[in-house]
Amino acid sequence: MSHPAENKPAAGLFESLAALLRDRTVRRWVFQLAVTLSLVSFIGLLVAIAAGNLARQGIATGYGFLTGEARFEISESVIAYSAANSYGRALLVGFLNTLKVSLVAIVLATVIGTAVGIARLSSNRLLAGVAGAYVEGLRNIPLLLQLSFWYGLLTVTLPVPRAALNPVEGVYLSNRGVVLPMLEPHAAFGYAGICLAFGAAIAVLLNRLAARRQERTGRRTVIAPAVLFVLFVPVLAAWYFGGAPAALDMPRLQGFNFVGGVRLSPEFAALLFGLTAYSATFIAETVRGGIEAVSAGQSEAGRSLGLRPGLVMRLIILPQAIRMIIPPITSQYLNMTKNSSLGVAIAYPDLVAVGNVTMNQTGQAIEVVSIFMIVYLTISLAISGFMNWYNHRMALVTR
Amino acid sequence: MTGMLRPSRRRSADFLRSLFSTWYNALITLALLFVAFKAVPPLANWLVFDAVWSSPSADACRLAAGACWAFIREKARFILFGLYPYGEQWRPLLAVLLLVGLVLVSANKRCWTPWLLAVWPAVIAAVLVVMAGGFAGMAAVPTAQWGGLPLTLLLAVVGSAFAFPLGILLALGRTSGMPLIRSVCVGYIEFVRGVPLITVLFMASVMLPLFMPAGVEIDAVLRALVGMTLFVAAYFAEVIRGGLLAVPKGQFEAVHALGLGYWAGMRLVVLPQVLRISVPPLTNTLIGLIKDSSLVAIIGLVDLLGASKRSLSDPEWLGFYREAYVFVALIYFAICFSVSRYSRRVEADLSARQKH
Amino acid sequence: MKLFLATLLASTAVFSAALAGETLDKVKARGSLVCGVSEGIAGFSAPDSTGTWAGMDVDFCHALSAAILGDATKVTFKPLTAQNRFTALQSGEVDILSRVTTYTLTRDTALGLDFGAVLFYDGQGFMVPAKLNITSARELDGATICMQTGTTNELNVADFFRSIGKPFSPLAIEDVNELNNAFFNSGRCDVYTGDTSGLAAWRSSLAQNKDDYVILPELISKEPLAAAMRHGDQQFGDIVRWVGFALIEAEEKGITQANADEMKSSADPTVQALLGVSPGLGKALGLDEAWALNAIKAVGNYGEIFERNVGAKTPLGLQRGTNALWNKGGLIYAPPAR
Repeated sequence: MSHPAENKPAAGLFESLAALLRDRTVRRWVFQLAVTLSLVSFIGLLVAIAAGNLARQGIATGYGFLTGEARFEISESVIAYSAANSYGRALLVGFLNTLKVSLVAIVLATVIGTAVGIARLSSNRLLAGVAGAYVEGLRNIPLLLQLSFWYGLLTVTLPVPRAALNPVEGVYLSNRGVVLPMLEPHAAFGYAGICLAFGAAIAVLLNRLAARRQERTGRRTVIAPAVLFVLFVPVLAAWYFGGAPAALDMPRLQGFNFVGGVRLSPEFAALLFGLTAYSATFIAETVRGGIEAVSAGQSEAGRSLGLRPGLVMRLIILPQAIRMIIPPITSQYLNMTKNSSLGVAIAYPDLVAVGNVTMNQTGQAIEVVSIFMIVYLTISLAISGFMNWYNHRMALVTR
Repeated sequence: MTGMLRPSRRRSADFLRSLFSTWYNALITLALLFVAFKAVPPLANWLVFDAVWSSPSADACRLAAGACWAFIREKARFILFGLYPYGEQWRPLLAVLLLVGLVLVSANKRCWTPWLLAVWPAVIAAVLVVMAGGFAGMAAVPTAQWGGLPLTLLLAVVGSAFAFPLGILLALGRTSGMPLIRSVCVGYIEFVRGVPLITVLFMASVMLPLFMPAGVEIDAVLRALVGMTLFVAAYFAEVIRGGLLAVPKGQFEAVHALGLGYWAGMRLVVLPQVLRISVPPLTNTLIGLIKDSSLVAIIGLVDLLGASKRSLSDPEWLGFYREAYVFVALIYFAICFSVSRYSRRVEADLSARQKH
Repeated sequence: MKLFLATLLASTAVFSAALAGETLDKVKARGSLVCGVSEGIAGFSAPDSTGTWAGMDVDFCHALSAAILGDATKVTFKPLTAQNRFTALQSGEVDILSRVTTYTLTRDTALGLDFGAVLFYDGQGFMVPAKLNITSARELDGATICMQTGTTNELNVADFFRSIGKPFSPLAIEDVNELNNAFFNSGRCDVYTGDTSGLAAWRSSLAQNKDDYVILPELISKEPLAAAMRHGDQQFGDIVRWVGFALIEAEEKGITQANADEMKSSADPTVQALLGVSPGLGKALGLDEAWALNAIKAVGNYGEIFERNVGAKTPLGLQRGTNALWNKGGLIYAPPAR
């Protein structure tokens, strides 16, 4: 009598469990949890093994080493650095070197890539052919190989400092790099810089005003002379009245090397050159694709308005193409930043190169590689954040 | 009048006319011709006329003003096959032929059948067996001695073979409606795409051993292969996701209406379409992978680039880096350029089909 | 989280327990010793054109394999870069690292290594082209100096220039081929710094004319080179240490590769103990009693190894100097084998 009564809830539980599993939503959650849990436990197991390995061999862990004295020198640095500084600062130097070469390469590659992309569509078939050969040639060869080649060319072909090429007074080309004369620091340059900043702000303001007026009245105000005036005249005046300093810090050979002036190391030059030439091919293809995607009718309409081909490109095609070009080009910028890490192969002290040394001297492989990852992920997030912001802005402008 | 000219002559006439159609085109043409006039003769002299084509030692090269192709003659086998035992080098040659054959067969649309899925593991296994040896009279060759072109191709082909299914899974996960799975996949893809390959390779070569239980060793080549596979899978995943987004919604609804399950629907209806439209971007990723495989030279493997670098340290033949790099660049170019031509042909095919 | 912690603790415990005597068992079970060497440093470890490895570091691995397995040929050589050598050892990829590695405190502790007997007393020096007419390292003010990354050299050179208060410009390259190219071929750097033995090795193998380059007299560091093994495996550590000492002791006692068998009948009790005539030492190490005899018969005593690979009659042409026996004015000294 009590038998079925006792049994019933149990059977009900089983049945309802089975029913629960038949339910799609529940099944999906069970599946997800199972996958996630197994992933987490797999990673947990790996971490446990690594922790065990490190512990039993007495390998130190943690980020404490960052404050320790680095005791190695770095060949070039944007900020003051010596062997007495910490590992943390050494890594910062590497990071800044990464930024330095990436930023310059991004600017150059954008200019060259855009020019080559347009040239590939030129009505001059010779120019189009040369641009095409450049793009196809360079983008099908590994960047690392190109870097090694340029580095070899720069260091082997150029003479030693004592026999440096001297094409223009004060400019020396040798296998230690290029040295150029540099203006000696003077207070007047500071004033001129402040004037330039103000001038630029006023120029932006003028442009805004002109654009607003054009929207209201339909008439285009010519602001170029005014802009040129606010940009240059105050700067020149500040320089002149500040004492008109023109003393140059001329490089001269002293002992083994040149002193004075500014120096561009062959490592930096080879990396910059290789990275720019390689990435420009991808940017050129993006630009070409973007322009080709703007319908042919647009350029015909432009020409029927009586605009010259150059103006059609500048006023009609490029503004439309640019919306299509921006997203792939930003991912190119990200690629360039990541590719600058190949500088490690030609002794350019970027983040990865300095990190490598740190890894070797401290044995903290896991920590250093994690720093690499965090830094590059941050750069990548920053660039995609910028891209979203820009896309958003461009979308607002369209009507 | 022009209609009567043969097409090739008309084309060259068009070409010539384009050079001087406007005053600025004429200016550009003249400028380009001037640069060519200045640059081509010295380059041609270096490459061909002043070059030393064969010489038993480097002495003749040091006297000549041109390239030293004798160096390439001397070192070609080392650059192509690395440290692989000299007498056994027919084996890496066979491996290269097998891999190239596999890729050629896979590129042919008529061969896109389920059989291909069985051919890949078989050929890859054959390649590994031939390279490793240790049976049937073939001496065992440890992977530390593998190098040159076979290693480069092995990393690219085998890497993509493993990365491809992983990429499909990641793409499906990222587009699925399950939030946990989706965030795991998004996290992985974005993480990998945010970091340079070289850090992933460092992780694989320096860190991975620390994550293995004591006594478990992973071979250096295998480690690089694991690193490249995990890296490129994220890029494949994004390409395939792009393909998934391009499949019309109606197709998914049709799968539902037919009562097919998720996996069956994906396998039979959606993925075949996705893969077909993804071929061009997938091959572009493959080109990237071939070029990126040269990065293993930084972690000490002797791939095509690594072997060419080592060939430069022979004291007898010091300093012929230009010749070595030009030679290797030509090999990479030949491979990557033909793959990109193929990709463009498929793309043209696809867009022609869409216009119908 | 609890599960995770438990796994962590459990695995740590299991691994620490498994460590003692682990390497020796592994080597015996495998029947061969895996020895990490350089990618090619003449005189220490370099493959010849047929792929056979030779050099002092290589000979030590042969001696070790003869002592443990009774067969000097049972060695697999794995070339490692300066960069990945320590992880290769830590992860068990190699049993022993015999690769011109300097014995330092950090490596002994934070890197989780242990070191064997010092088998070569080296010091870091500078090499410059002879045509620069430089006679002292103090004249290297502002010079560009090439060095390999991941070595103690990189730290020593920075310390040296800090101590004399002069600037220099470093060029740190990891790839040894690229590094040699920068100094010998392109002249990208004025000075090459490294262990003097290594500098002599590169000069002998890469310079067109050996006299085009001079090694400056100053040594800026102590570089005692020793074999390294994983920290924590005491037994294997003892074996590595004492095989090294046995080779030194053999030279001191006049036991050579040729006369090792005859010396078994020597009246000297130390020789008898070393060669296993009076048993005990082998058992203490967990090896066959003929361990030292096998090692000496395989590669000769310390002096023979030195002369064969780096000595005056080799291209490197090094004098014994600091590497002479302690009773001949050098530093090579073995604790008593008793």
